[in-house]
Amino acid sequence: MRYWRGFRDGIPIALGYLSVSFAFGIQAISLGLTPLQAVLISLLNVTSAGQLAGLQLMTAGAGLPEMALTQLTINLRYALMSISLSQKLDDSMTTPHRLLLSFCNTDEVFAVASSQKGKVGRAYLYGLTNGPFLGWVLGTALGALAGGLLPDSVTSALGIAIYGMFIAIVLPPARAMREVRVVVLMAVAMSCLITFLPALSFISDGFRIILCAVVASALGAWLLPPPLPEETDDGKEALD
Amino acid sequence: MAWTTFFKYVLVMAGVTYLIRMLPLAAIRGKVKSRFVQAFLYYVPYAVLGAMTIPAVFSSTGNLPGAIAGVAVAAVLGWMNKGLLTVAAAACAAAYVVSMVVR
Repeated sequence: MRYWRGFRDGIPIALGYLSVSFAFGIQAISLGLTPLQAVLISLLNVTSAGQLAGLQLMTAGAGLPEMALTQLTINLRYALMSISLSQKLDDSMTTPHRLLLSFCNTDEVFAVASSQKGKVGRAYLYGLTNGPFLGWVLGTALGALAGGLLPDSVTSALGIAIYGMFIAIVLPPARAMREVRVVVLMAVAMSCLITFLPALSFISDGFRIILCAVVASALGAWLLPPPLPEETDDGKEALD
Repeated sequence: MAWTTFFKYVLVMAGVTYLIRMLPLAAIRGKVKSRFVQAFLYYVPYAVLGAMTIPAVFSSTGNLPGAIAGVAVAAVLGWMNKGLLTVAAAACAAAYVVSMVVR
């Protein structure tokens, strides 16, 4: 059943989230929030970088416009992901399901959904998002309530889980297709330039990702059009 | 933190974040016609993941040798088409072991 196939694909995300949100829970408590408040933030936002920035702003007593603008810049990448995901959805994704499922369109969910062959439907997407959402909320609760119990060495090693998953998503298509390889390398090179060049250090993490993704994807689309599967029905174009 | 203050912040955070995610999915119903835009959207996930992973992964564990070991293990296993959970768990294990040895 498609729900369970999605659920299985979501397990590594859920485990990764458990560890990342655990760290978030610890931090929320250390900045003076109650465990219930920490859990509510995770329950309503479901985003790592945005929540961390939000936590810092609210405990620093920042203004609400500043909060809104920070969330906008850090999370604007989701708009790009939602636009891309809109092209993968099948007819089962009617408006109510779009409204519900977009709530859980995280980086990782988007990455796994995009890597599926063909279209994705609501059964698969509910399966894919349920585990990670639970992991995210549960991890926050555990971190908030029991964060002090684990040794630092273990919690820090868990920080690489999400990135290990990203690497596992990108490498197979990058290995199979030169076009994908080139686009990924362009994005990585730009990301390093923006991170390490002092002249560009004013660019926030959220904007760095948007900038790299937009420029690398546009260059790729312009210089190296991919063999898009959708084109096969109108003849030989797909083969060149 | 006082609950009234807390709720104001959380509603702004959650509202902005949800609208960013929801509006494009709710609005874009059809297939994009332009070949360029199709190709662009096809590349976005890969470019996003590349930019999110490097260089951030190297500071993800607070121990650079450990992170390098984790990336190396993940790269080898990912290249061999191993599953997401296998790769993620092996990266954590490698990062943990190396961070215990090299500080």
